[in-house]
Amino acid sequence: MTAVLGGRTAGQTSLALDGDDTRARLVVVGNGMAGARFVEEVLERDGGEHLRITVFGDEPHGNYNRIMLSPVLAGEADEADIVLNSHDWYADRDVDLRAGVRVERVDTVAKVVHAADGSATPYDHLVLATGSHSFIPPMTGVRTADGSLLPGVVGFRTIDETRQMLAAARTHRRAVVLGGGLLGLEAARALQAQGMVVELVHAAEWLMNAQLDAEAGAVVRRSVEELGIAVHLGALATEVVGTDRVAGIVLKDGRRLDCDLLVVAAGVRPHTDVAVRSGIEVERAVLVDDRMATDVPDVYAIGECAQHRGTVYGLVAPAWEHATVLADLLTGADPEAAYTGSRTATKLKVAGVDVAVMGVSTPERDSDEFLVISEPRRGVHLSVVVRDDRLIGATLVGDTRKVAFLTQAFDRGTPLPAERIKLLVDLSDGDAEVGVAELPGDSQVCNCNGVSKDRICGAVADGCTSLPSVMDATRAGKGCGSCKGLVRQIVEWAADGELTVEESASWYVPGIPMPKPELVTAIREHDLRSVSSVFATLARGGVEDAKSKMGLASLLKTIWGSDYVPEPDATFVNDRVHANIQRDGTFSVVPQMKGGVTTPAQLRRIADVAEKYEVPMVKVTGGQRIDLLGIRKEDLPKVWADLGMPSGYAYGKSMRTVKTCVGSDFCRFGLDDSTQLGIDIETRFQGVESPAKIKMAVVGCPRNCAEAYVKDVGVVATGKGRWEVYVGGAAGASVRKGDLLATVSTTEEVLTLIGRFIQLYRENGNWLERTYDFVPRWGLDRIKAVLLEDSEGICDALDEGIQRSIDAYTDPWARDLAEPASPGQFRTSLPLTVLPQVPVR
Amino acid sequence: MTATAQAYVVGRAEEVPLGEGRAFTAGGTPVAVFRLRDGSLRAVAAVCPHAGGPLADGQSDATVVVCPLHLNAYRWEDGSSPTGAPPVAVYPVREEDGALVVET
Repeated sequence: MTAVLGGRTAGQTSLALDGDDTRARLVVVGNGMAGARFVEEVLERDGGEHLRITVFGDEPHGNYNRIMLSPVLAGEADEADIVLNSHDWYADRDVDLRAGVRVERVDTVAKVVHAADGSATPYDHLVLATGSHSFIPPMTGVRTADGSLLPGVVGFRTIDETRQMLAAARTHRRAVVLGGGLLGLEAARALQAQGMVVELVHAAEWLMNAQLDAEAGAVVRRSVEELGIAVHLGALATEVVGTDRVAGIVLKDGRRLDCDLLVVAAGVRPHTDVAVRSGIEVERAVLVDDRMATDVPDVYAIGECAQHRGTVYGLVAPAWEHATVLADLLTGADPEAAYTGSRTATKLKVAGVDVAVMGVSTPERDSDEFLVISEPRRGVHLSVVVRDDRLIGATLVGDTRKVAFLTQAFDRGTPLPAERIKLLVDLSDGDAEVGVAELPGDSQVCNCNGVSKDRICGAVADGCTSLPSVMDATRAGKGCGSCKGLVRQIVEWAADGELTVEESASWYVPGIPMPKPELVTAIREHDLRSVSSVFATLARGGVEDAKSKMGLASLLKTIWGSDYVPEPDATFVNDRVHANIQRDGTFSVVPQMKGGVTTPAQLRRIADVAEKYEVPMVKVTGGQRIDLLGIRKEDLPKVWADLGMPSGYAYGKSMRTVKTCVGSDFCRFGLDDSTQLGIDIETRFQGVESPAKIKMAVVGCPRNCAEAYVKDVGVVATGKGRWEVYVGGAAGASVRKGDLLATVSTTEEVLTLIGRFIQLYRENGNWLERTYDFVPRWGLDRIKAVLLEDSEGICDALDEGIQRSIDAYTDPWARDLAEPASPGQFRTSLPLTVLPQVPVR
Repeated sequence: MTATAQAYVVGRAEEVPLGEGRAFTAGGTPVAVFRLRDGSLRAVAAVCPHAGGPLADGQSDATVVVCPLHLNAYRWEDGSSPTGAPPVAVYPVREEDGALVVET
């Protein structure tokens, strides 16, 4: 419960070096969405070269995405997923993060920040980004004698409050959420998803009254109630009941609602204490001008704690605009930068309903045009307000397909269709993609990061063809994530014109323009035995492609067995040094342990090696083996020699391991000797290359203790000497139960069938295509016909093919111990300084 | 960058086998030196700008080197990254009387 989000590894500290640092001192108070983004923007402008940055954060955590707390509460996201910048991030960039240290006041004359830990930090520039806190409405009994909230009463603003709610959801049953705005609705839905009985109490007459009109609010209410959440409108809570912990609330009309968790989401108030105590001018929030400057020289305010031209914003996009403008000014990147206000448009999902709002929700003048489409039964309510031929407001509930166009019209004042109804519905019955195609290039798609359609299309033109790569390149969709659907549509639309994208999708590797069957034929025809000869003969212009080499090397090994001509540049580092490279550049070593069965002698040797080479972590793997992690490259041959065990191939695109249960030797339930069969299978197929890794298991009864149903190949004893063979199962990023290929009566048949299946997969699977994709792609019926009835007359060839690879097996560790593959094969490639430090356990 | 480049002998030419990369230090700067399939030499900073991966362990072709950790690619020509990572430093490298010379 007290884990620090994005924390540093225990024992690591950062050194603050002072001395002859002549850089100006920039102090940021607040490490939330605004403060941390500001630091990022400063660093992006190389501000670190002349600014020494200190960040104070009230919370002990690194910087995390507050918008994503609702998904965390609902169990849809992990805490780790919402970390934006870890403590290491700050340390790596020479930013002094004082996490968990509250700033008390600022001496604006001496220009010193005083914090609760007694420290005094001088500044040249001070940025207040203190954000907001939950507003707790006055209610009898909500606080205990010492002024703290009654246990069981919690706001919804921080990760710690989210953790409190999650803990309560595990041990308690009834929750009341105060506040029917966005945050309250999200909390209610999330807690309900966690299994609590939830009631929602809202003071106004309809939900989301700040953003929606009454009718739209009613549509949202219907959807919320359909989820099983009771909604009380026009209800004011006056009292909190309970002595040691909240037991309920009393409403103004006398009704009592029982609960053991009370979530207060009745609005936020800017954190202005520090500014007030320091004599900085504050109204509702800290007053700033167009340069984000307060009335005190060299003190600035951004985000939710700032009041600009009378407006205090509660959304992330304006806060990030503040951060950009101030970073431009303080780094000198754009001395003329000015912030003139934001037109806020919000797009979100409330209680499962898509909602988008911008500008006003109802007409304000007699001359305003107001168009409403209301379909409460379908849960759809759409309205727009038009003044003098310009869109000044739009509300979309339940159907946000037109949001891109409307946002554009709202932001830029682009011309509106004369038939106003076209603002809300597509009258032409063209396909949905028209919307994306017609979207003007400069229209903003990601509001959080200010990314236009043009920039997304530009990223696609520059070669990004997948959604993640476009998101990485442009940051689109990396704020609240609500625009991801639109980003995907645009990427698909933009990539469609590129015929090469379509075409290359069927190629085995990107560098050779051929699907796998054609490629195999061509390799055989031209007798190509090395990767370089494949490029020279089959690539366009004979050009080599580094990212294609690994797939080609695997294919050539499959085709030629021991006649394959290896080349060092064609081989991935894992296959060059027969170990799996780790994030810090060290390697993991997994000796073979057939069927997961080991001996005291083996264990003793492994223990000796672990001690001798100071192995940072010894881990029992999911594949029933022992992994030595953190081995230096230069130590690999010595480790192998001392182990005296063969490689377990835990690094390759190859047959990895065969898990077994204890079978009939010891198990009371075992129907057959699964352990021995597993060892036999691993012995036969050890080290066989394949398009992707192959994991296997054998179990002695359908209790499935070694998880054979979810392996690439799984074998299950059913008694009386019979075995079921399953293929195409997975329990990794995808989970799929394997398909029953056949039931056979002898272990010899099991071995033959597995060999045929593996060879079929090796000859026909695409590079990196796991069996759980290959089996459905080919179809179980076709695979059965080919392997069991020899419908294509290839069974003999399959048997020969797999036998050739089995005969070509040599233990790579023993081979390279006898003679290194190339000079300096095990020489370190580490610069030894800047890699992420993996903790020693 | 006004400082004049400094040339360092980092090792022997035969220390970099055909098609592979090896890490060296050039006057305190860690560099990864590669011998491409055509026999020519290339040198870049030894540390991947993305997440600190050992570039000398990467696979290469005539155009790019690919970091082994997350498969970010970097162009020999100017160090820029077609996969969107920050650019890597590129250094002139040559063979002189069997010695590897890198300018940083």
